[in-house]
Order: sequence, then C-alpha cells, then structure tokens
Amino acid sequence: MIISRRDFLKVAGVGGAVFLMGPRNLAEAADGHSTQDDFFFVQMSDTHWGFNDPKINPDSQGTLKKAIAYVNSLETQPDFIAFTGDLTHNTEDPGERRKRMAEFRDIISELKVKNIKFLPGEHDASFDKGEAFQEFFGKTHYIFDHKGVHFIAIDNVSEKTSTIGDAQLQWLSEILKPLDKESPIVVLTHRPLFDLLPKWDWWTQDGAKAMELLMPFKNVIVLYGHIHQENHHVAGHIPLYSARGLMYPLPAPASLPKRIQLPWDPADPYKGMGFRGVEARAGKTGNPEYQLTGYSVINKGGGYR
Amino acid sequence: MRSVSGERSAGGLIIILFLICLAVDVFAADQAEQIIRITAKKFEYSPNEIRLKKGVPAVLEFTSLDRLHGFICPDLDIRTDINPGKVSTVRLVPQKAGTYDFHCDIFCGEGHEDMAGTIIVEE
Repeated sequence: MIISRRDFLKVAGVGGAVFLMGPRNLAEAADGHSTQDDFFFVQMSDTHWGFNDPKINPDSQGTLKKAIAYVNSLETQPDFIAFTGDLTHNTEDPGERRKRMAEFRDIISELKVKNIKFLPGEHDASFDKGEAFQEFFGKTHYIFDHKGVHFIAIDNVSEKTSTIGDAQLQWLSEILKPLDKESPIVVLTHRPLFDLLPKWDWWTQDGAKAMELLMPFKNVIVLYGHIHQENHHVAGHIPLYSARGLMYPLPAPASLPKRIQLPWDPADPYKGMGFRGVEARAGKTGNPEYQLTGYSVINKGGGYR
Repeated sequence: MRSVSGERSAGGLIIILFLICLAVDVFAADQAEQIIRITAKKFEYSPNEIRLKKGVPAVLEFTSLDRLHGFICPDLDIRTDINPGKVSTVRLVPQKAGTYDFHCDIFCGEGHEDMAGTIIVEE
C-alpha cells in the first residue's frame, strides 16, 4: 500500500496518527504504480560519533556499524544516503574533531551505496563554522537533482546562533527563483525550520524566512534531524519530518522538564534509535508521492515496532 | 503687606506639594528597575533562577567568565551575546506571571546543551 502525500496530510490533520510502515523493499511494494522515475533513498541522522556514556548507549562503538549492516542488507539498495547532521559528537579540540570525522568516514565507507550526501549538525560545525566538516565532507549547503526532484541541503548550524543567515537565505532565494512552482523539492537540513520547541532549542531562529521562500512551491517536503525522534508537522501545505538518531533518543517535546538523553533500556536495546527509508513514486499528477519507512538499528523483523 | 490668610495658603500649598513629591518618590521607588547581575561560564549561568516582578522594569546584566556565550529566552523574546570582559544588558518589563526557560544559543562545548535556566515572573 502506498500512502500518498494527500492521504498523509489527511491523517496528520486528525491528530498525528502513526503512518510509518514496517521495513520492506521496493520490489515487494511494487503494485504496477511504478515508473522509471521512482526511487528510494535513506536518511540517517545524529550518529554522534565520539559520544561515550555507557548508561546512555553501551554500544556507542557498534550502533552505527549495525545500522550500516542493516542498510547493506536491504534487498533494494537506496539510490543515495543522506546524513542530516551531527555526524560526530562535539569536542572543543580541533584535532580530536578531525579524528572523529576521519573515523566516521572510515566506518561509513562500509556502506555498499557510495552516493552519500552530508549535512552538518551543530556538533560538527558550530565551533569552527564548518571548517573541519568541509575538509572531510564538502560544502555545508548545496543542491542536487535526482530523477526530476530538486534536493536542497540547507545549513542551519554553522552560523554563530545556529541560524541560516542572510547570505544563505539569499542563495536559497536565487536557486528557487527559476523553478516552476509545481517543481518537486525535498529540503534536507539538520534543525527544524519551524518553532517546534524553542525553549529546548528545537527551532531555527530564522527558519521562518526559509519557509516563507519555500511556501509558494506546491510540492515541498522537509527532512531533518536534531531531535532524535520522529516528529511530523505540517506548516501551511509543507510537511516537515524529523528522523530518529543513531546514538541516543531524546524525550518527546516538553514531555519532561528538561531535554535529557534518554537512558539505554536493557530490555529493548536501541529503543528509539533508527533510520529512515524514503520511497518516491510518481503520483497521478506526475509529481512524486513519498512513503516514509522507519527502520530500527538492527533488523527486528518488524521495523520500529 | 501680605495677609495672614495668604501666608497660611502658601504654607498649605507647600505642604501639599511636599506630599505629592513624597508620593511620587514612593511610587518611583516601587517601580525602580530590578537589576539582576548574571555570570555565564561553561556550562552554567549564575544565578540560573531569576525572579522578577510582573510589570516592574528589569535589567539583566550579563558577563562571561570564560568565552562567548549566548542568552535567549524565546517566550519573552529576549536575547543577547555574552562576551568576556564586557557587560551585556537586556531590558524588559515582564507582562505576564509565569516561568520562562532560557538557554545558551551559542554552541560552547560538551555541556552546552545543559546550559540553561529559568526566569520566574511573580505577581
């Protein structure tokens, strides 16, 4: 079953019912709706390589490797994989930062898929305005097209207060200008572009300016990380989806007095962690419809559940 | 020659003016700015609980003891950079009683995400 974006909006409108499906592959999902433009990609986020607290994650050295093994085991391999920030855990030591980035790069070299897109999180880039990140992973904001979909990677962490900044907003405005308002656009970023919970720093201070630029476009979705859990929100007609992290989960917005890292649950290892598959299929109008699929760190045979 | 009644009137006026001035002074003292001095260092504010009175102007004076930090209280719409060696000032007149969380919005290290506090506005 394919859940169209229209159906999703309908579901989200009645109270955020869970619509994610268990893991499966495209071949199994084929229902005659497929076209040559259909594709599948994976979003991985908040791997925090270098984090070390056994009470929070006693398998901090193995979690990312297990998730990579799971991705490699998918019957249909993704066209590409996008890491949406906080690849590494922060350190003030520039040498240690680069060491963690080098280790991260070595670990993900085990992925079968070699087309990988990287975005920075504040843990990667806030100390040096993305200098080390760019040495290892390239630009912090950029665009690419894939099978007719425009992807826009927005950096909302390298500026001092984790903003997008006027220069990048101008760049965004320029790249959007020539696009048709019907163009399919997927925005990849680290922090929410809307005010999810500002008092927990779950926002982008000038995110509303980016949303304003995107609002005239009718086929936009935003995928982000930062909050280490699934969250589905619709701003105007634009859905924004956060992904789980791959080092530790965080509490649901405002569910606890403080935003703390949730401790490891020995009865349910890797609880609250995982990655996401995104299946894009040509809808009846010709624009893609997206199905998001949640995967745990290890294949438990039933996805998140 | 001034009349006695005129002298009495002038004396009464002076007394009335004195009482008005006294009342204004008392009112002004009551409305005097609350000045709160706050230091910031990795990864804490001191104090990290700030009590203000609703409707009374307040001045928050920040100094950093180590590096650049930020202060932001989104629900009160106030923020500032906090630079070492410099006093950063935020003025506000809290309009609504309640508890408002603030945090550092300039990434400052391993414990950055715990650098936070609350402003409590009392009736």
